[in-house]
Amino acid sequence: MKLHEYQGKELFSKHGLKIPNGVAAFSPEDVQAAVERLSSANPDLKKVVVKAQVHVGGRGKAGGIKVVDKEAAVDAAKGLLGMDLKGLIVSKLLVEEAINIDKEYYIGLILDRAKRKTVLMASAMGGVDIEQVAEEHPEAIVKVWIDPAVGLTQFQINQVIFGANLPKEAASFIKVLYEVYSSYDCNIAEINPLVVTKEGQVIAADAKVDLDDNALFKHAELMQYHDPAEVDENELAAKEAGLSYVELDGDIGCVVNGAGLAMATMDAVKYGGGNPANFLDIGGSSNPAKVTAAMKILQRKKVKGVLFNIFGGITRCDDVAKGIVSAVEEMGGIDIPIVIRLTGTNEEEARQLLTEKGYKVGSSMDEAVKEIIALTHA
Amino acid sequence: MAILLDAQTRVLVQGITGRDGSFHTQQMLDYGTSVVAGVTPGKKGQEMAGVPVFNTVQEAVDATAANCSIIFVPPRFATDAILEAADAKIPLIICITEGVPVQEMIGAYQYVQQAGCRLIGPNCPGLIAPGAAKVGIMPGHIHKAGNIGVISRSGTLTYEVVYQLTQAGMGQSTCVGIGGDPIIGTKYVDLLELFEADPETEAIVLIGEIGGNDEEVAAEYIAKHVSKPVVSFISGRTAPPGKRMGHAGAIISGSSGTAEAKVEALNAAGVPVADTPAQVVGLLQERLKA
Repeated sequence: MKLHEYQGKELFSKHGLKIPNGVAAFSPEDVQAAVERLSSANPDLKKVVVKAQVHVGGRGKAGGIKVVDKEAAVDAAKGLLGMDLKGLIVSKLLVEEAINIDKEYYIGLILDRAKRKTVLMASAMGGVDIEQVAEEHPEAIVKVWIDPAVGLTQFQINQVIFGANLPKEAASFIKVLYEVYSSYDCNIAEINPLVVTKEGQVIAADAKVDLDDNALFKHAELMQYHDPAEVDENELAAKEAGLSYVELDGDIGCVVNGAGLAMATMDAVKYGGGNPANFLDIGGSSNPAKVTAAMKILQRKKVKGVLFNIFGGITRCDDVAKGIVSAVEEMGGIDIPIVIRLTGTNEEEARQLLTEKGYKVGSSMDEAVKEIIALTHA
Repeated sequence: MAILLDAQTRVLVQGITGRDGSFHTQQMLDYGTSVVAGVTPGKKGQEMAGVPVFNTVQEAVDATAANCSIIFVPPRFATDAILEAADAKIPLIICITEGVPVQEMIGAYQYVQQAGCRLIGPNCPGLIAPGAAKVGIMPGHIHKAGNIGVISRSGTLTYEVVYQLTQAGMGQSTCVGIGGDPIIGTKYVDLLELFEADPETEAIVLIGEIGGNDEEVAAEYIAKHVSKPVVSFISGRTAPPGKRMGHAGAIISGSSGTAEAKVEALNAAGVPVADTPAQVVGLLQERLKA
């Protein structure tokens, strides 16, 4: 689960990190109130930063961050709210006191899958996309890997601070970042940029936090940060039904058991010349309610046809067949083509049940894919 | 001879009294696997499908000399179950559980390594040596004993490929599901090494997916160290970046973890990559003839 910048900063601030004075805002009125609050905290306030809060990288380049005179903040906010930023609609803003940037650094903690450890990275080339720095100036990034049994050590902090030429004040930021990273089970915790202001202050000017979904059960207090507006409506409905679903832009609905097979099915549809509408894994269970939920989502998505690809192992084909029949009955029939491919456990029972109800059932994945493409692109 | 397990492997089931644990204990027994013990804290003295239940892994190992453990406990207890198995020095630990917190796995992996044990998974279907033993949740009947080694990050996709191999008369020496999580105990390269050394394995099928760079690392290893034919299939060519495709580890982050990069690396290592699962059989037959 990704956090918004303002949420990440709230976590950082709770742990004692210095962040710019700022207020989250959801409307032009909120922005006006935010500016007033910032002004009363700092009577000399002249400029503010209005930042779109959406889960995309490169917000600045995409026009999602405006530095304006405080009087112009509401106008800037009106321009940002409702804006389409790389496919996401802006509905939340962060209004902050502008800071006078002298130098920008990068510090981050990330899961290193290859080394099976957490890596601490630091660079004096902050304020830009760290992936880009890694490509163009790999020598500018210093990395140390953290031993899970020992945790982050002082000497490692020294290694990155001296190695990457960070100001000595960065040490306390790294310590707190690690505290946040480990206590909330993050996959990513980054400050980019960590800023030294012209007045000599060190401050976390951005916050990127991505939490491990597998560990959310340990952190009920973080669920307040969940932002349903950031999740596609169909993906949300799928999640509630216990399905794993990802929205794609094609027109052939796919209902599959197992994530790998679900991906392979999408790929096969594309390879055969069609366009998959979604990734959908109904999981190992054979609960007919899941099939019904899946069908409803695909119906709402107005797909041209639905391809079922079920490999019965633990999942029993006849249970899925029952699910298909009851889902279609519950929906009062369905007027788009359905192609069903079932193989494995209780295949015969499933085939019989579906054939009796007038469905066509195949046992080859490739043929089923060809058939749904032919039926939907006639 | 298969890799990692054989008909003599003595299996312990952690979480044996749970819904999944009890169901699959029966399935494994039906396949002929020697399941010798189960563990569920507080349930010592019970039996599950005729298998004695113990309170702790150490107790079970002392009583039954189990040398392989399969873990079915819920995610919040899974890490502890792995640690307990490693503490009892069980050489082969298989964690089926999906949803184990990733940072916990970092520590658990290191602990298992230091104990000198091998972990497979988490979030995996387990492994099977067809005709000899099954320590996992895969449907046994689709497999057939033979000479093809199969390694995969996925469950049902592996069944799909295995089923087609079996239909084509190509049996398997061992099929190993290594798991769909970002941190897993055993990777492709570890198993490539074992399959290369296994006299009964003639060719290897490597089934990969988007996320991470284990397939690229495997490609490099194959080019240098594997003389046996390897063919591959990679899923997720149509997956959008930044989205987790079911598996916690199946995500394209920035520019890393794409299917294209994996296919390219494998091709460069002389490994043909099938466009659909059905093409694996044909590619394999070609390579075996050559």
